[in-house]
Parts: sequence; C-alpha cells; structure tokens
Amino acid sequence: MSAETARFGVKTAPHSPPKHAVPVIMRRVLYALVPAAACYVWFFGFGLVINFLVCAAASVLAEAAMLRIRGRPIQPALGDGSAVVTAALLAFSMPPLVPWWVPAAGGVSAIVLAKQLYGGLGKNLFNPAMVGYAILLLSFPVEMTRWVPPRMGDIDYVHLEPLAHLAYAFTGTLPPELGLDAMTRATPLDLVKEGLRSGQTFTEIRANSLFGDFGGRGWEWVGNFLILGGLYLLSAGIIRWHIPIAMLAGLVIPSGLLFAFDPAGYAGPGFHLFSGAALLGAFFIATDPVSAAATIRGRLIYGCSIGFLTFAIRTWGGYPDGVAFAVLIMNAAVPLIDRYTRPRVFGHG
Amino acid sequence: MLKFTPRRRLTGGMRLPANKTESTARPIHKAFIPPRLIVSTRQHRGPAAVPVVEVGQPALRGETIARANSIDAADVHAPTSGTVVAIEAREVPLASAVVVEQCVVIETDGADRAVREPAPVEPGATLEAKLEQIRAAGIVGLGGAVFPAAAKLRLASGVACELLIINGAECEPYISCDDMLMRESAKEILDGAEILRQLVDAKECIVAIERDKPQAIDAITAAGEALGIERLSIAELPSIYPAGGERQLVDVLTEVEVPSGRFPGDVGFICQNVATAYAVHRYFRHGEPLTRRIVTVTGAGVAEPCNIEAMIGTPIADLIAACGGYRGETVRLIQGGSMMGFAMGSDDLPVTKASNCIIVASAPEVRRDSHEWPCIRCGECSIVCPARLQPQDLVLAARASNVAMLNELDLFDCIECGLCDVVCPSQILLTQSFRDAKELVRSSDAREAFSQQSDERYRLREQRRHEAAVADEQRRDEIKRMLGSEEDRVEAIRAAVARGRERKGETDVG
Repeated sequence: MSAETARFGVKTAPHSPPKHAVPVIMRRVLYALVPAAACYVWFFGFGLVINFLVCAAASVLAEAAMLRIRGRPIQPALGDGSAVVTAALLAFSMPPLVPWWVPAAGGVSAIVLAKQLYGGLGKNLFNPAMVGYAILLLSFPVEMTRWVPPRMGDIDYVHLEPLAHLAYAFTGTLPPELGLDAMTRATPLDLVKEGLRSGQTFTEIRANSLFGDFGGRGWEWVGNFLILGGLYLLSAGIIRWHIPIAMLAGLVIPSGLLFAFDPAGYAGPGFHLFSGAALLGAFFIATDPVSAAATIRGRLIYGCSIGFLTFAIRTWGGYPDGVAFAVLIMNAAVPLIDRYTRPRVFGHG
Repeated sequence: MLKFTPRRRLTGGMRLPANKTESTARPIHKAFIPPRLIVSTRQHRGPAAVPVVEVGQPALRGETIARANSIDAADVHAPTSGTVVAIEAREVPLASAVVVEQCVVIETDGADRAVREPAPVEPGATLEAKLEQIRAAGIVGLGGAVFPAAAKLRLASGVACELLIINGAECEPYISCDDMLMRESAKEILDGAEILRQLVDAKECIVAIERDKPQAIDAITAAGEALGIERLSIAELPSIYPAGGERQLVDVLTEVEVPSGRFPGDVGFICQNVATAYAVHRYFRHGEPLTRRIVTVTGAGVAEPCNIEAMIGTPIADLIAACGGYRGETVRLIQGGSMMGFAMGSDDLPVTKASNCIIVASAPEVRRDSHEWPCIRCGECSIVCPARLQPQDLVLAARASNVAMLNELDLFDCIECGLCDVVCPSQILLTQSFRDAKELVRSSDAREAFSQQSDERYRLREQRRHEAAVADEQRRDEIKRMLGSEEDRVEAIRAAVARGRERKGETDVG
C-alpha cells in the first residue's frame, strides 16, 4: 500500500462545537445584573450585597445538601451557577434592611421547595426565585415591606455604613439613637396603592418627593441599568425579545388605556414600567427559560399575560406589586401554553 | 442571465462559521493516479451493482466493472487502466456512514488507457432510453447523498416538472467543491443543466447559490450570458445553513413545502447538484462515465487545504498525502461537512462518489466530549429547527422511549441537520438521540407488525380448530343418524350378534 494507515476516534455528527454552555449563560446573567446592582447599592445602601451573599451561600448549601440527599453527584450540578442566579434575583426582590435569616430562608425555600423537590435544574415548574419571594412575603410580611428611601439630597434618608449594616443584619442591633422607623419608608407603589384607595388622585400622589419623572426616584435609575443589562442579554443571545417585549406591552397597554381614560384614578404606564419589579421581571425573571414557555407564540402569550396580571394585581389586587404572583400564575400555565402553541411542522397540513 | 428572487426566508436555520476560505485559495488540483484503487460496487443509495470483471483481468479507463441490475442503482466504471487484483468486501464511506461493500481493487499501470476513444453520446430517443444511459454512465447525485440520478429524474416523469433546481448552495461548513467547480466549469455545468432540463421537460431551471460564493455567482452569470440558454435563471440565497437541503431549497424558491414523507420529485421539483450537472455534460458531450469527482480536503490537520479532483477508489491516505500530508495532531477524520458528515476510523478507506469533502480536523475544530447539563428548555433548538420541530420535547420522549409521543411530535420529519446540538447550552447530543429514537420507532413498528401477524396466525389456527371440531361433530351426528334410535341400535347389535352366531354355527362342526 501507499501511505501508512492512520486511525482516528469515531464520533457522531454534528462535529461543530456547541455555541453555549449553561454555566456561561448563568455567569452572563449575573454580569448583566452588576450595573443595576451597583446603582441599587448607591441609592438604597449596602443591604443588597449582604442579602445576596447570605442568600447565595444558603442557596448553594441547600442545593448541595439536596443533591446529597437525592443521591445525585454534587458536581457539576453545583457549578452550573443557577443557584447563584436565583439568589441574585431573590436578593433584588427583598428590601435592603432585613435580618440575615430572611435571605437565608428565601434561598433555602427557593432551592429546596421550588427546584430540588421537582428534580433540580430544568425540572422545576415554577421560578425558584419567585417562589422564594412569595414564601418570604407571606411568612415575614413586616420584614419584607421594610423598604428604605433613596439617597437623594432633598429626601430625608438614613443609610447604614457597611459595617453597621452587617451588625444589623446578623445581630439585629442598630447604632444608638437610630430606630428602624426612621430609616424605612413606603415605596412609591405603596403610596399609589394607598393613595388611590383613599381617594387621592394620581397627580396628588405624585407630588410626593419620592416620585420622579416616571416611577420612584432612584428606582428609575436602577430601572435604566436593568434595561441596559437586558439589552446586553439580548445582544449576547442569552434571551430573546419575545417575553420582555410582550410583558412590557401587557403592562403598558392596559395601564395606558385606563390612564388615558381616567388620569386621576389610575397610575400611568410610565409609572408601572419603572416601579417595582417590572423591568427586573421582564428581562431577568420572566425570561428564566426553565419556567417560561418555549415556543415563540407561547412566549408572546406568556409574557403578555404576566404583564397584564402584574397590572391587574397592582391596580385591583391586595398587593402593591404583582410581578412575582403574575409570574407564578403563568408558570403554572406553561405546559398548557406550550402544548397548544406548537408550530405547524414543516410539510404538514 | 435572469435573476430569480427567492420567494421566502428559510424556516429556522442559522449562520455558521463557513471555514471555506482555506480550501478555496488555490485552483482545483488535477487528478493523480494512486498505485491502487478500491472501487466499491455500491456508489449510490440503492442496491449494489454486480461485478462484471474477474480477478487478474485488465481494466481500462471507463470500462464498466460492475453493472446495475435495478432501476435504483448505477453502473460502476474503472477510473484508470490497470489490473483487477481483488474483488473483496471492504469498508467504504457512503452517503451517511461507513459500510462494508464488495469492492473491485485495481492495481493501476499509470498509462491511463481508455476503453475506447470517448465520443459524444447521442441522448436516447425515449425518456426511458435516456435514463438508461444516465444509469449506465454511473451518474449519481454528487451533493453527498448519491441518489441515482436516473431514479430521481424518473420521479418527475409522472408529474409535470415545474422546475429543475441546480443546487449550488453548498450550505455546510468546510465544503467548497461545488464552489470551485462553478468557478472553473460554469459553462459545462449550465450545459449539463440544460440537457437535464430538456430530459425531464422542466418549464424552468434555476441555479441556486449562496451569497457567500460571489466568484461562483459571477462565473455562472457570465456563462449564462455567453451560452444564452433560455428558461435558465440564477437565484442568490442567504448563507444560512441548511439552505441547500432539497426541501428547504424548494420552499425558499417556490413557497411550496414538500409534503412530509414525500420527495420534491413527487410534487414536480427536481433538484440536482451542480457537480451532477457537470457529470451529465461530461457524459453526453465527451462520452466519459463518472469515474472521478472533486473532493474538498480541508481542516487544520492537513498541510495544504484544497480541492482536488480524485479518481473514485483513491485511498483517502493518498489523497491527504497529495495535499501535503498531515499537519499537527488530527483528532477526527470526517467525510462530508462538520454538521452532517460522519467520522471515519481510518484513512485507508477509499473515495466514493459520496466523498464531497474530507475534513482532517484538529481538536479545536470539533466538539469536545463534555458533560451534559439538564435541558433548561431555552427553546433555542426549536427556533433554529428547519423542520419546525420541538427538539426539547422530542428529547424527553426519546429518553422515555415513548413511541406514541415521538410520533405525535413528528420525529420522522427531523432532517438531522445538527443545528439543535450546536445551539444547545446544555450540550445535549440531540441529533444522535433522534437517530436512535427513529431506530426505536422503526423496531417498535416492526414488533407491532410481528405481533399483529402472530395474532392473525393464532386467529386462523383457532378458526381451523373450530371448523375441524364442527366437522367432527357433524360426522358423529351423521353416523348416529344412520344408526337411528337407541332401541334400533340395540336391535341392530343383537341382529349382528345373531348373524355371527349363525355363521359360527354354520362353520362349527359339533
């Protein structure tokens, strides 16, 4: 024979390397949250960092423990970064001024109840962070509504220094001559809910110095950075536009219509967009692939419904914000949505 | 030359790194004569041709060495002159796998003597005669699937052929043999296309080329102007994989989705690869049967990536040696593109008519063995799927061996393009699981058929037994009826006994 025979390994097609990996996606979601987190810390204090770290530690430990109990290999499941993303979203959802056991309990319930009991990553029906948030809100309503005012020159705010904040989080002690009441304030969403209920017009409520151009002051800036993070995720191909745009449309269109019809009795679309968890929800929570609809038409229905339910809960429901409940309700509808929005297969019908 | 604008966008699909510039830097290398050729008697999809030469016999270039005895096969010819030294079973890389086939091994003599001076072939009078000529010329689809050209053309003969599509899309990464052939032999391709168009009496002919081949587009356009062929146009396609798939091509050009389970030919569309059109030209204008093809030899593991004209049967090791040999560490040897090609365990396999591309791949070019994460239902796979399937649901059904669900999700519409694997962040081997699932469904269909046959056999046997029992009963009744009532029978027995005694008495002396 001519040339010497060479031998090679045999693998099946396709041979082209994959474009993405789960841990990379999770890392990028975390990167995308960094600017908004920095902005949040600037306006609302150091609490977010403590809450995130405690929540992440609790989530990762809970994940490891559950994998152990379930007899599953701990690595690489622990290294996929999904527990840390859950912790980050949960930390973003809770007030900065909470004792350490609140983020810890949130992380544990998110991972254990919403994720591992369903079979771990990819198997959970509900968004773990939102399950964690809902459990915290129902279990610790006082701690979970202890919001603080933004760092603004004309607003009377008191923020703790990092060390003092650590001391408060872990021991519950505040610096002398400082009470919790002095530090906490209602959120713009609370004010609108209460104000409209007591017969004030939206314009009167907005006269409060906590309100900015659209939503709450400080919150608007966090919102801008969340949009920036969302645009990064879109451009990096981590998320697609359907769910965020549908959700924002589902929120803005009905609120816009009612506001146009009765500007005194309803909050405007801009306020809805830049308040509470609307932007976080649109770009980071509703886009969680595991618990969202998978088909394109399904995503539009899913996103739009979350937007509308958020608006409905805020406007007529018992809670000032509705993103978490809207997401959870629609999570439950996902199997049905996906089943009935399957596209027509090529060459059929 | 007329420009044809595609009617709609590709369903799904994705832009992939082309990796074609390395192999298109040089003109096509001319064929060389390797010391030995291993020519498979099956160079096509369909039954193998039957060897008509014997060991020890001399063979001349263009001589038929194996003859097709089915309409779904094609003849095989000696690519050069030499001596048949063996006819034996060998591994050969065919359309989608390495298979074992009867091969004619020829020791070449370097003289390259032809069986006769080739002369132009007059196309036969009837369609059947023309198809017979194409089959005898060994012409098969050279895009990689090696469907016998005559069998495909016949499909359209029953229906009015709307359109002949000459496929120069070449959408898969790495492959550039069609691009180079179009650059260098555009007139011959268009001439072959016109022969084919007249043969099937197609109303129109479109040469479809992806936009990332501007030189090929220019060459075809110039050749079209020069030849002045009527009913011929050129369509530029966006460079999105898998735009070159037959179903995708028909859909994008005409807005017709070929029905599931049918061929484009069933609905009046014939697709032929540019290299097939070229082979038709070589046969009808120069009398040359198909004995060589252009092969792209590329990848980071080969010293001089290029396109090379190779005799069918050339060992791949010789082909790589002709391209400067190996460079660095080669981890995988692939026939076809990086998306749908298959890995070969060894380079002693011979080139077949399916060998459009040989990728000599280094480690960074191929997928690493890695761990799979759980599916996170991101749905990227369903977005890129050109068949509009839901791979994320299919993979669950495949893992659960749920045949009913696999059928409901239209598993068999999967064209195995491999895009779902490329976009899957969990790095799940989706395409392979779908191939396995198809096997599972086929075997379960077979089991189903077998158990139905068993049921039928059992039913027939029971019926026969029942019929036999009924017949027995009837016979007993018959006898009873013949014997009459109980008293009659007793009487009859007495009478018989008495008759016996009488006889006894008669014979008994005493």
